[in-house]
Amino acid sequence: MNPMTGDPDQGGSKPASAPSHSLRHAAGPYFGDYGGRWMPESLIAAMDELNETFEAAKADPEFIAQVKDLNKNYSGRPSLLTEAKRFSEAAGGVRVFLKREDLNHTGSHKINNVLGQALLAKRMGKTRIIAETGAGQHGVASATAAALMGLECVVYMGAEDTRRQALNVARMQLLGATVIPVTAGSQTLKDAINEALRDWVANVGTTHYLLGTAAGGHPFPAMVRYFHEVIGEEAREQIIAQAGRLPDAVAACIGGGSNAIGIFHGFLDDADVELYGFEAGGDGIDTPRHAATITLGRPGVLHGAKSYLMQDDDGQTIESHSISAGLDYPGVGPEHAYLADIGRVHYEPITDTEAMDAFSLLCRTEGIIPAIESSHALAGVLKIAERKIAAGAVPKETIIIANLSGRGDKDVGTAAEWFNLIDTEKDAK
Amino acid sequence: MSPVSKSAAAIAAARAEGRPALICYLPAGFPDVQGTIDAAVAMAENGADIIEVGIPYSDPVMDGSVIQAATVQSLAQGFKVAQVFDIVKGITERCSATVMIMTYWNPVLRMGVDEFSRRLAEAGGAGLITPDLVPDEAAEWMEASDKYGLDRVFLVAPSSTEARMKATVDASRGFVYCVSVMGVTGARAEVSDAAAAVVAAAHAAGAENACVGLGVSARKHVEEIGAYSDGVIVGTALVAALRDGGVDAVAKLTAELSGRAVNA
Repeated sequence: MNPMTGDPDQGGSKPASAPSHSLRHAAGPYFGDYGGRWMPESLIAAMDELNETFEAAKADPEFIAQVKDLNKNYSGRPSLLTEAKRFSEAAGGVRVFLKREDLNHTGSHKINNVLGQALLAKRMGKTRIIAETGAGQHGVASATAAALMGLECVVYMGAEDTRRQALNVARMQLLGATVIPVTAGSQTLKDAINEALRDWVANVGTTHYLLGTAAGGHPFPAMVRYFHEVIGEEAREQIIAQAGRLPDAVAACIGGGSNAIGIFHGFLDDADVELYGFEAGGDGIDTPRHAATITLGRPGVLHGAKSYLMQDDDGQTIESHSISAGLDYPGVGPEHAYLADIGRVHYEPITDTEAMDAFSLLCRTEGIIPAIESSHALAGVLKIAERKIAAGAVPKETIIIANLSGRGDKDVGTAAEWFNLIDTEKDAK
Repeated sequence: MSPVSKSAAAIAAARAEGRPALICYLPAGFPDVQGTIDAAVAMAENGADIIEVGIPYSDPVMDGSVIQAATVQSLAQGFKVAQVFDIVKGITERCSATVMIMTYWNPVLRMGVDEFSRRLAEAGGAGLITPDLVPDEAAEWMEASDKYGLDRVFLVAPSSTEARMKATVDASRGFVYCVSVMGVTGARAEVSDAAAAVVAAAHAAGAENACVGLGVSARKHVEEIGAYSDGVIVGTALVAALRDGGVDAVAKLTAELSGRAVNA
């Protein structure tokens, strides 16, 4: 049971379709063959300290009350579950519900994890947090939590991403964080993680590495999931209240996979609920420019965990590509690798074009500007709907939940460029 | 530690001469494949007991900027992992130094731990130093290194607990790599006091050979650390010398580190 959310999964009210072996609370360090701690010895003691602190906190009513209070009175949880009726029409009439993580404080699901980890940092007596960021969502969330709790905050961000997301750099600075552009390697998210790890090795006594996704060495994957479980637990309760039953499918976008594992958690043991993770297909998976890690990757180790990985025949990490900085990562959380192998979750790529079409559709049908990351899930919903209808499903009796993991304010520049809304010729003059 | 260990034998030979072993690092394919071999041979001819050849890797989280720049250059020039065996063979054919490979783990996993080990042994290599592999995850490597008679050098750090120190020393063969400081590779003016404590803890845990790396760049460090350890590992300073002055500069610095006259 996750007492933070009052989830009664270990009581007498287990879903009827639950398998005898629950998938919902895999504790790590291993998820099948994946996970573990493939990392330098210098950091193992800190990982042990974090794990002990996390395990003790989970059993501490005071900690749970703190998290609940912050979720409710700071982030604004529970987030809504909105039925997207006009978007549904475009999806052939299936009923589409949006889990509105975009309405959380700071504009995405990322706040759930940073508040939890910042509390743990304080419990460990650390005075400084470091974080990596791609799109800037996690960096902004980390800077926010640091400001709220009086911690020093340093955010590593690929130099290319600091240009793509200049507004978020300013946002982090306004919140008192120091943003360090990373010029090594491909200058994107994976290189920001490398640099954060180098900082952590050197400053581990005072510093907590607030990893933003459900990847990395143990306990990060299980811990980041724990703080996001609230998404799935709320969504499950809300859909039953609003539609009277469980959904037929749940869709989420996958970069490292934190929003996805959070919402999947609510439904993993409901065998009749299909789960879909949509990866960044970039220019297409028949081109070298994508981030479809599970679809095309092979098992390997990166950033502390064994998982699927985009790598060449030499084991060198391949640079990923996505229009969405938040999905532009060549690895994926180990629990997703396991869920893919056992067939519980289906993982598929969505191209930049498909994602941007879905982005536009949601803007115009629902008055909601989604994050480009989340638009991958929306594009996925359209595909699931089409297939279900083709297979004979009655549209209005088909229910799909999409995790709207973030809002698109940060993406307005990228979208304006994509849809040619900015007169670049005029700007050039 | 196993008596068949090549690196333990090299360290024992140095000890018999009343000095710490000198272990010298350089990245494979830097400045190019032949240049790596030439520089390694120059190291051996100027007092290096063990040569540590690093495999360039896309995500070197334990390396500072000097080694990163060298490995990025090597990869940009098209370096392939299999070429490291040509380098090991090229070095062992030209000198008697013990040659080890230092590698992040994913390139080994990709090739297959058994195949990598077999090819390393065939090339005359002594074993592997693994900065991001801890014994907890090393079952496959333990098996392959036993099968092919290779040394396995794990790292211990100032943050290692007594229990982890013991487990790591037990899993290692040849020597244990004592990280002198909490940080990444790079020359430092002074070598941290933590090094002596790490070496003492490694010895107390049963390590016959505890060698110190990270931040070591000058003869005074070798003397200082050599007083309490079994070997001294130098990386960044040599890579910078190779970058700036080629093989001659590497020969000169290695001679200086070992306290000898240059053998050009």
